[in-house]
Parts: sequence; C-alpha cells; structure tokens
Amino acid sequence: MKATDIADPDYFHKVVDCQWACPAHTPVPEYIRLIAEERYTEAYMINWDSNVFPGILGRTCDRPCEPACRRVRTEEKPVAICRLKRVAADHKGDIAPYLPHVPRQKNGKRIALLGAGPASLAVARDLLPFGYEIDMFDRDPAGGGMMRSQIPAFRLPADVLEEEVDLIVNMGVNATYGYEITSMKEMLDMNYDAYFVGTGAPRGRDLDLPGRKEVDEHISIGIDWLSSVAFGHTTSISGKVIVMGGGNTAMDCCRTSQRLGAERVTVVVRSGFEVMKASEWEKEDAMAEGIPIINNRPPKEFVHENGKLKGIVFECVKPVEGENGRLKYVPTGEPDVFMECDHVLMAIGQENHCPWIERDIGLEFDKWDCPILDEDTLQSTNPKVFFGGDSAFGPENIIWASAHAHKAAISMHLFCQGKDLKADRPPEGVNLISQKMGVHQWSYDAEHDPSARFIVPHANRTKSLDNIKIEVELGFDKDLGLQEAQRCLNCDVQTVFTEKLCIECDACVDICPMDCITFTENEEEERLRANLMAPADNTEQDLYVSEILATTGRVMVKDEDVCLHCGLCAERCPTNAWDMQKSIVHIPQLGSFAEPIAAG
Amino acid sequence: MTFVAKPRTHHPLLQVNDLGLTRRDYEGSVSTLCAGCGHDSVSAAVVQACAELALPPHKFAKVSGIGCSSKTPSYFLGNSHGFNSVHGRMPSVATGANLANRELYCIGVSGDGDSASIGIGQFAHIVRRRINMLYLVDNNGTYGLTKGQFSATNDRGSTSKKGVPNLYEPIDMISMALQIGASFVARSFSGDKRQLVPLIKAGLLHEGFAFIDVISPCVAFNNHNGSTKSYDYIRAHSGSVVDADLIAPHDEITVDYDPGASEDVDMPDGSTLRLRKLAHDYNPHDRVAALHYVQRAQEEGEFVTGLLYVDPTASDCHEILGTTQTPLNALGEDELCPGNAALEGVNASFR
Repeated sequence: MKATDIADPDYFHKVVDCQWACPAHTPVPEYIRLIAEERYTEAYMINWDSNVFPGILGRTCDRPCEPACRRVRTEEKPVAICRLKRVAADHKGDIAPYLPHVPRQKNGKRIALLGAGPASLAVARDLLPFGYEIDMFDRDPAGGGMMRSQIPAFRLPADVLEEEVDLIVNMGVNATYGYEITSMKEMLDMNYDAYFVGTGAPRGRDLDLPGRKEVDEHISIGIDWLSSVAFGHTTSISGKVIVMGGGNTAMDCCRTSQRLGAERVTVVVRSGFEVMKASEWEKEDAMAEGIPIINNRPPKEFVHENGKLKGIVFECVKPVEGENGRLKYVPTGEPDVFMECDHVLMAIGQENHCPWIERDIGLEFDKWDCPILDEDTLQSTNPKVFFGGDSAFGPENIIWASAHAHKAAISMHLFCQGKDLKADRPPEGVNLISQKMGVHQWSYDAEHDPSARFIVPHANRTKSLDNIKIEVELGFDKDLGLQEAQRCLNCDVQTVFTEKLCIECDACVDICPMDCITFTENEEEERLRANLMAPADNTEQDLYVSEILATTGRVMVKDEDVCLHCGLCAERCPTNAWDMQKSIVHIPQLGSFAEPIAAG
Repeated sequence: MTFVAKPRTHHPLLQVNDLGLTRRDYEGSVSTLCAGCGHDSVSAAVVQACAELALPPHKFAKVSGIGCSSKTPSYFLGNSHGFNSVHGRMPSVATGANLANRELYCIGVSGDGDSASIGIGQFAHIVRRRINMLYLVDNNGTYGLTKGQFSATNDRGSTSKKGVPNLYEPIDMISMALQIGASFVARSFSGDKRQLVPLIKAGLLHEGFAFIDVISPCVAFNNHNGSTKSYDYIRAHSGSVVDADLIAPHDEITVDYDPGASEDVDMPDGSTLRLRKLAHDYNPHDRVAALHYVQRAQEEGEFVTGLLYVDPTASDCHEILGTTQTPLNALGEDELCPGNAALEGVNASFR
C-alpha cells in the first residue's frame, strides 16, 4: 500500500467518526472536552459556530454522529453526543462576548431569504457580520420554520426555540412574517443581489384510497396538523386516532394526540419495525407512553357510513428479501384487519413543493420537481438564486439545513463580491498539535473510561402526558453530563507516526490494548488487512501505513478501526516516533474565515 | 514507566483459546520498565505463547532473581504462582518448586547480571541437574538498574553510552548451556516475535532443561552506536540457523518445505516441532558441532539465533532421580510416612 498522506485534511477527519458523520462537521470531541472542564459556554459556542442551533439540536437532532461513534465498535453504545450538546446549552453562561460583530455600516448588498426556517436563519447568521442587508420572508406568524411548526413543545420547549431563533433575528434581520410568497418572479423583481430559498418541504403526502374523499374532514395531514397545534389553532382531538406512517412526524403526531385528549392512539405502519424511518429513541419514547405501533399493515380502504369515518381496513403482509437484497412485502394470507377510528393523521412523508416558482424564469427543476443545483455551491440555474435545507434536495433534517447554509453563504458572499464560486472557495485544511505536556502528561484525558452509556432522566409521565408543554426529556444534569463526557474517546487526538524516529522495538505493538499496530512487510491492502495483529475487516476504516522503515524494510500499519486513542503507544514509545496530536479540521465557513475572505 | 494502565477493553475479534481465555487474560500488571525496553517484548512473547498453547495460568510457577529482567514475571501471567527471589538464586528456588510439584510449568526469568555474574554458579548447576523448566535470560549486556555498567555478557570492545570500551571477554551463556547438559538451547531477539514465540512454546513443552538466551536491548543505557546489543546492531549482525515452528496436534500441516531442509520432532503433548534449517551445514542435534558453530560466529562478531540444539530424548531431573509420578506436594501422610516396618526395610538395605 502507498504510505498514508496525513496532510490530506480528510484522513484524520475520517478518524473522528462523529465529526465526519455530522453534515455540519461539528468538532464533537472538542466540545465534549470543554464540557468535561465545565466550560459550558465555550462548548456551546463551538456548537453554535458550526451547527447554529445547539439548544434545539441538543433535543431534536437526528444524530448521524451517534451510530458513527467509535464506541459502537469498541463496545456497543455510542457516547450520548446529542444530550451532551444539550448539557452545553442548558448550562451555558453569557454568550454575548463571543458573538460576532455585525457592522452598522452595511456593504451595500441586499439579500432576500425566502422562508424563516433553520437554513435561512443560518445563512443570515453567516452573512450578517459581513455587512449584508438581509430581508427574510415567511408565511408563518413567527420565525423558526419547521422547528416551530412541526416539533411539538414536549420535545422542544418554546423558550429554547425562541432563544436561538431570536438571537439571529436580533443580529439585524429584517423579518417579514405572515407573508405568503406567491411568485418568484415578483421576488426577483425586487432586485436583491442574491436570493436564498429555504422554504423546506412543506407538502405532506396523502393517500388516495377508496373512501378517502368521503371522509375528508376526519383526515389530517400530519405536518399540517402539528403546525396548527403549534400555533394554537388546534387544541384537542377526540375519539380513537390512527396515525399512519413510521417516521418521526408519525411519532410526534401520536404523542401529541395522546396529550390533546385522544381516547386511544395507534400507530400503523406499512413496513416492519426495524426499517421504520423514525429514530430509535423516538419509537422508544412513544412506546414508553403506551402507544402501540403495529407493523406490516398497509392500508386498503377507509370505511365510512353516512360520511362518518368508521375505521380503516388493513392488509397483512410480511417482509421478504427480494433478489436485489431489498425488502419487499408479500401478503401473509391472513384475513384483512379492520381497525376502528374516528380520526386519521397521515404522516407518510413529505416533499418539497414550489408551485410559486414560475417555470419560465431560468430556474430549472428536475423530474422529481427538485431544483437543479450545483452540489458544491448550491447555486440554481438562475445564478442569483441559491437553495438550502429541505427545499434543496428533499426532506432531511435541521443539521443538514445548517450544513447547506454554510455552503450557500460562502457562495452568496463570493457571488456578491464578483468572485468565482468554485476557484475562490476557501479550502479545507488540517492542523496537528502535539498534546504532550511532559513525561506521562497529556493535555487530554487519555485514560479509557469503560463506563456504560448513562441514561437520561425523564419527567413524571402522568404530568407530562397531561400537558403538551412539559418537556419529556430532562437532560443530563451537570454530574451526569460530566460522567457521560468522560466516555468520549477523544478521537481527534490522533496517533501520529514519524518513521525516521522509530527503532522498531515493538513497545507500541505490545502495549496497544486493541491490537491496532503491526510492523510487517508491505503488501496490497487486501492481504495487509488479513495479516495484521487483528484482522482489519472493517474496510470503511482506513489503514494508516508508514513509509518503509530504514532498518528492516518493513512498514508500520495501524488499523484505525477500534483505536481507543488512549495514547499508550506514544506513552510507551522510547523515541517519540508516536505522538498524540490533536487534529483541527478547518471546514470552510464564512464566520471562521472572516478576515482572509473579507480582505481578499 | 507508564502510569496509564492498559485498558481491559480488547479487540472485538480477539481470539479465545480452548480454555475460553483470550491473550489478554495471560497478561500481568502494568510494566514499570523503561518505555521501549526489550524485556517488555519478551513478556509479550510469553503471554502470546502461553495463550496460543492454551495452558492454564494457575499451572505455572514463575521465578526470578533480581534486576530489570527479574521484574518481568509480574508483567505476564497475572493468575499464576510467582516467586521473586534473591539475586542470582532463582535456580535454587526453581529447583525446589519443580521438585515439589513436577506438574507445574516452570518459567525462570533472569538477566545477564543475575545469571552470568552473581548467579553463574547457580546457573551452571541448574543446567547440570536438568530441571524441567524454561530458563529465559533477558540479555542486554548492561546493568540497567544501576545505570549502565558493563555486564559479564558485554562484548569486548563494545562501548558504554559515553564511548568507553569494555576491556574484558564476554561470557557466552549459550556455550555454557551447551557444554554442561542443557537439552534445549536457543537464542533469539526481543524484536523478533515471529522467531521468539515458537521457541518459547517449544521450550515450555520440552521435557528437560530448556534455555533461551534472548538478546533484549536496553534502550536507556545500551542502545547506542558503540553497542553490540542495540536494536540496530542485532538486526544487522544476527542470522537464524534453525527456525522452529510448533504445530498443535489438531492443526493441519499445510506448509511443505524442502525435505532435506526440514525435520519434524514429536513433542510430549502430541504436537509437532518442525525445524527448518536455514544454514544447510548446521545440525541441531550435534552438541559439539553446535558449540563450534556458535563460537566461530561469535569470533566474527555475528549472533547465531534460532533453535541451536535440541535433544528430544533427554532425561530430566525427576527421571534421573526416579521420583514418583505423583507430585511430591500431593502425596498424603501415609505415603510420606509409611511407618516403622518400611523404615526398618530401608535401614536393612544399608546393612
């Protein structure tokens, strides 16, 4: 194998599994260390810098970081990254001194943000310090987009939402709420220098089954219903409720119904339990509240009598692995099931939908009705118009919206400054800084903590089922937060190898608890993977291969897969050929590259 | 010295042996030797050998003398019996342990100071008595624990860290062991586990006195350019004459060597020791020739490594003495004090 190029920013970035998996590439171990030092404000600001909504995301994030966490591979349960983010938000002090300065003197460029959801807000935050004048339009009466309209208060309290939304709006956004955008042409006529479309995926899917039209008044689209609850238009639901769908919206619908007075709530899903789109913890929380989830039941027909909904007939199916390895559902042969209900909440997906964008203004859409965008710049075929969040590539989540926003903000800035959107983009970079403080002293907590994942306390169930505004998860207190923070393996503190210092004494090989290190003759990757101290079967994780060693002609090969970053290789190395160095990955973002770009 | 303890967490695919133990279960407490010490690699090789042989840790007696080497039994086989004895007196304690309980696997670890200086008399006599044990010498040519004076195995002309040459002839423990009756003699290098681990396995299973001289560099005091026991010097000046592979009874023998160049020796536990001759004129069963070969190479500044001599049919001390198969410590009062009549019989035999 070729020697590893550790100057490539991606190499060590990939080793930090959580950061690599996070769409916004939040430096997770860095903020977890700050929590362990009880520096909550700094921990919060690291998050705010990269994902913009730490308090909100600390409660609602889809957490792509957690299944990626190395601890899943070394034991079983990941570090509770999301809950630690909330710990930072809950315990932070005054953040005002850390906030970017927004100049009173504007730079003369005007930006329009369409939609006031997470993507638009994050773009505003990135652009405001550069002196842009920003106008934001949204049809809802308040900002926050789907974070406000679709996430119920028992998961995301209004004050947490408002704090982070207002923080950005108060930086100087001219927000126009209650403004229904009906024509993109009209918007373009307002002659802004650039436009950002962050209008989300606002159309909930419907099911055209027999009887659907007749019982229209008993059926609600999940996201619309949640929105009407959020804005206080709907305050109760009665009788038996069936929620159709297996995603997080379905979970929010069923738990909200239960709190608004439904006599009985049932979730019915067409697919199997394991493949449901809802996050593991959302399913657990719904079931813990006594809501049954019934799987493998596609609906066939709405049964009604004199315009009144009686119930739904479901087919019984089971999953079978198809030829291409994908699951398909075949009838089990059991008779169809009839389930009684008075109201149906339809939560079977949503899509982006921009009927207000005229199709003759140079803004093209693909066959799925998604705008055609440059993936690197998020620029549409109309050079002035940029997209982000769910309206760009279809429904994702808040953390993707933040990631898109950073990308789009860089593009919009370059565009407004008359620069090339690709050639002038700031590059990614990596810095490596030794963590050695002295003999046996490292500036991070190298010792491995074998504790199991800590459980987050919940509010009293009877009380929380009674009031939609009582938050269910209480979050870790400081003590639990500190203990959970200790579980982080500090994957950003890298094992860096210097060939010319190595005397091949084997000390690192002997001490490594995970058998990660091997000195061996160089071979092709496949053979190398099979012949290491421990087989390196996880090909998603790289092998760190050194240059050829002078004395024996062998190479050092380290399997990054299950390294605990305990630092024992460096601790045991007599010549400092191994060193523990913190990798700081520079993800291009307007805020963090403020001076260089502004000066250029 | 390491203060951060090695975590118990191990690789998810770490192999489990026939006893249900992983290699990690054969480790001892955390080493307090200098980082990079060859002795730690020897300990790791013992751990690996015992785990691969699936030997029960509680069936081991680890004995040692004094010195860096003699600290190492603490760092392997944490669930075994151990005795860290007086300087140079490990052979006496090992002899006692083996006589009292012949069923224990006995590992003695000593150093060049412990065995070639203060304990050379003890060393010579345990070889003569052919105690059934594995005797490991962690040989670094220096007194590391007292800051780097030349030891008795340091080569003439080899220098101290400050550049002062050694004026005396070295004691070669391999030659001594060959001369006075060891039935298994090998030399290896702490930095070459591929060679060392099979030798340790074979030495443990060998019935008789097995001696391995392991050149194990001292990173703190004897790993410099003027040293003949540095990592670099050993790598440049050593060569194996006979490699040994231990093939477990249930393992299929898959590799075939040139018939003239390999030989299989049956081991007491049913496994096979496969010897691969790397020097075509070398015969590992000819004691005198081996002695000659080793000394000639030494004259030329070369270290001969590998399994230098083995006599699979040799007797051990218990056989020579004709002791009972039952370990002495397991005999009951009736066997140990058979009564007046028996005593009368013994006395009568001398009259």
